[in-house]
Amino acid sequence: MNDFDEPTANEVDLYYQKVKEEAESSGYHLNSDVEFTKELFKSILINKSRYGYGACPCRLASGNREDDLDLICPCDYRDPDLIDYNACYCGLYVSGEILSGEKKLISIPERRPSPSVREKMKEDMTVKISTGLSKPVWRCKVCGYLCARDKPPEVCPICKVSSDRFEKFM
Amino acid sequence: MIMQHIEGQNKGKLVLFALSTCGWCKKTRALIEDLNADYEYVYVDLLKGKERDEVVEIVKKWNPQVSFPTLVINDEKIIVGFKEDEIMEAIG
Repeated sequence: MNDFDEPTANEVDLYYQKVKEEAESSGYHLNSDVEFTKELFKSILINKSRYGYGACPCRLASGNREDDLDLICPCDYRDPDLIDYNACYCGLYVSGEILSGEKKLISIPERRPSPSVREKMKEDMTVKISTGLSKPVWRCKVCGYLCARDKPPEVCPICKVSSDRFEKFM
Repeated sequence: MIMQHIEGQNKGKLVLFALSTCGWCKKTRALIEDLNADYEYVYVDLLKGKERDEVVEIVKKWNPQVSFPTLVINDEKIIVGFKEDEIMEAIG
């Protein structure tokens, strides 16, 4: 017995279209296996219904939004996983290389810290004093978009140019 | 613990901890069923309260990250994630 509403096929289709458009307009790609992808969107809608937020369908949500902010889709781990593994943890978002078939989609390791480490990080956050930059800052030489992450994005989310048009800014 | 039992050939004791919403968990179940193996599974996200806490503690013992799918084979070996080759090697 489930205590949540299953979304209708139409609701899943509409949600899929909406996210696909948003993703593509900012340079991200959804997995081209539509059946697999729609199942994941259906699951995100189920999570919205039962938790009140669209938690990652491939991780165990606590039901407490504050504890799960990092795993609301698109999660905090999507971009680093796209860099390292060409896909997010669920296989919902994929890199251009997977989309074009140059690379194969596989199940990847979990990047989210374990529950005990997350607890510790929460404690550390409260006493953390800023000592400079935690990430390098990248600048799009075309539109000036700045972002702080390990590597520049595959495509600039603003002007859509490729990652080789970025320079290390700070 | 509320486990669902799926009948098949005995290929050792197989216990799968999974999420009802997870794509890789679905693929793992489909593979085990393609291999016609007898196994038990539980969808941890559908459990509530104390029952969920107890199962999470069991998963944590095998896999401290508490990630899914976690397949426990003969109470001694685990396979975390949809590792097709490893699963086939272990129970194929």
